[in-house]
Amino acid sequence: MNIDWAAFTPWSALAGGVLIGLSAALFVLLNGRIAGISGILGGLLRPSRNDIGWRVAFLLGLLAAPLAWLAVAGTPTIEVAAGYPLIVAAGLIVGISTRYASGCTSGHGVCGLSRLSPRSLIATLAFMGTGFLTVFVVRHLLGA
Amino acid sequence: MHKTTASAFLVGLLFGFGLLVSGMANPEKVLGFLDLFGAWDPSLALVMAGAIGVGLIAFRFAGGRERTVLGEPMRIPTKRDLDARLIIGSLGFGVGWGLVGFCPGPALVALGAGEAKAIVFVTAMLGGMAAFELLERNKS
Repeated sequence: MNIDWAAFTPWSALAGGVLIGLSAALFVLLNGRIAGISGILGGLLRPSRNDIGWRVAFLLGLLAAPLAWLAVAGTPTIEVAAGYPLIVAAGLIVGISTRYASGCTSGHGVCGLSRLSPRSLIATLAFMGTGFLTVFVVRHLLGA
Repeated sequence: MHKTTASAFLVGLLFGFGLLVSGMANPEKVLGFLDLFGAWDPSLALVMAGAIGVGLIAFRFAGGRERTVLGEPMRIPTKRDLDARLIIGSLGFGVGWGLVGFCPGPALVALGAGEAKAIVFVTAMLGGMAAFELLERNKS
């Protein structure tokens, strides 16, 4: 293993993680819900009464975060190397897969592991595994 | 506005802010973490550690309660079976995540920042989610 020390940002990573954890904590303690982004977004495609407002509000908050960031820290760094065909393919795969899996990095990775759920542990190991494998194939076998 | 709607907005805002602080909203940073066999950037392991450190305490506290501080019912998932949907879905999600470096939360934050590629990614992701809904509806 070859660690990229120049790219390693331990303090901002830890601080950001704590904020994400605080947000998940507040959501369960105030709203009684899991802060899982794929579930919150996907649930809008199966709307039922009294179930739309909080989803839209949460998502608007997420979308507004870069504006808050702009006010305190300037333009956020968002670099996407992939081209559009790959982006469309990846978006479709992420959309359908996270719904079958009942969660993604937030719902399973953060909330699920925090509540010691065996399902979320299996899910997290599975998507981390194929995530590592996919980058290995794309960067080191195909050499993209 | 209902109290739970206001709290959902603030929680979403904090979540997105955390993603920006941590670096997870940047797909290249995420791919640096997923590139375990190249020049590996371990930062995102610390994002998870920080988030789960706080989460462990919160969910332990929430677990013993039937109602939240705002009087809402606790809706914590109860499903326990390790079925094919969970495993195949998660394996597939990792592939999509590794291809571009976007998972759902960061993609929405990047969309909010006006990133064109995030708009395309989120549109495709909604298409994938709609496909799931159609497949589920036809099944029953």
